[in-house]
Amino acid sequence: MCTMISNTVRMRGAAKGRPGWFGITQATVAFDHPVNGGLEHAVLLDFSNYALEPGARVAVELDLASARALVDKLTAALDAAEAGGFAPDAETWR
Amino acid sequence: MWNSFRTDAQVSIETEIIRYPGGGGDQIHAYIARPRGAGRHPGVVLVHHMPGWDEFYQEFAERLARHGYLVICPDLYCRFGHGTSDDVTAKVRSQGGVHDDSVVADCGAALAWLKAQPDCSGKVAIMGTCSGGRHALLAASRVPGFAAVVDLWGGGVVASPDQLSPARPVAPIDYTKDLQVPLLGLFGNDDRSPSPDQVDLHEAELRKYGKDYEFHRYDGAGHGFFYYHTPNYRPAQTMDAWGKIFAFFQKHLSD
Repeated sequence: MCTMISNTVRMRGAAKGRPGWFGITQATVAFDHPVNGGLEHAVLLDFSNYALEPGARVAVELDLASARALVDKLTAALDAAEAGGFAPDAETWR
Repeated sequence: MWNSFRTDAQVSIETEIIRYPGGGGDQIHAYIARPRGAGRHPGVVLVHHMPGWDEFYQEFAERLARHGYLVICPDLYCRFGHGTSDDVTAKVRSQGGVHDDSVVADCGAALAWLKAQPDCSGKVAIMGTCSGGRHALLAASRVPGFAAVVDLWGGGVVASPDQLSPARPVAPIDYTKDLQVPLLGLFGNDDRSPSPDQVDLHEAELRKYGKDYEFHRYDGAGHGFFYYHTPNYRPAQTMDAWGKIFAFFQKHLSD
């Protein structure tokens, strides 16, 4: 990887991609060369389950400002869910 | 030089995907592009970039073959599985990248494959872009037998300790004293990896050890300025750089 900025976190959830809906096992967040778009570098998000096949992933490429806006909105949604009592800590993906 | 063939010349190439014994004897894929017709040709090990073993690299290999070079471009991600190049690349990235030792071994095996071909002259260069430029330099420094190396904007040749990783444990600049073949380096002055300062550091190290090298730096160009499928493409700088590559090969790969 050219920038060497890449982090992978294990997680549970589901995504819809080439195989249809599938259970994801990890997400990778990188800042590197995008496949599409007009940027030299971009934030690269991959939700994947490579135990299925390399194509079992959902990919998103974002510019930096968009990624920061996403982080803000993700945090805001989590905060609201927790404040509203909709997301008890014990509830995990099944 | 590009576009300098005679209109009555029989310029023709053959391409195929093969499996060859890569590092550790593992059977891995490689894209082969070779000039058609009699004669023996200099070889090129073409090292693909971070975005993977993709269509750009197939076309890159074909251009070199049309100019008389027998090219092998190994799939350095072959052991990670198969799919579209962007999917496989994402999987490789999620695992921290392909290990330098794996790449060096596959490139050394590609050199051996070329030298065993009856239509290869025995003089073989190695070249690549982006991470492939870094890997080409690394392989040329660690594997004996190459005749020349071309590094096209290889990022990470100069790396701080925090930029090293399990897959990339040593910065290629630290192998400079071991480099025994001529080096051509082509860079964009707007690039951030490698930055002009990093290219300066690399050049200073090459001078320190008295190495045979030539660097060319282009204004108005950044990273990946050959990539005609991206907005990074800079046609004038690219064509000038191709001229530099062919002249370099003419000088160092001719019998």
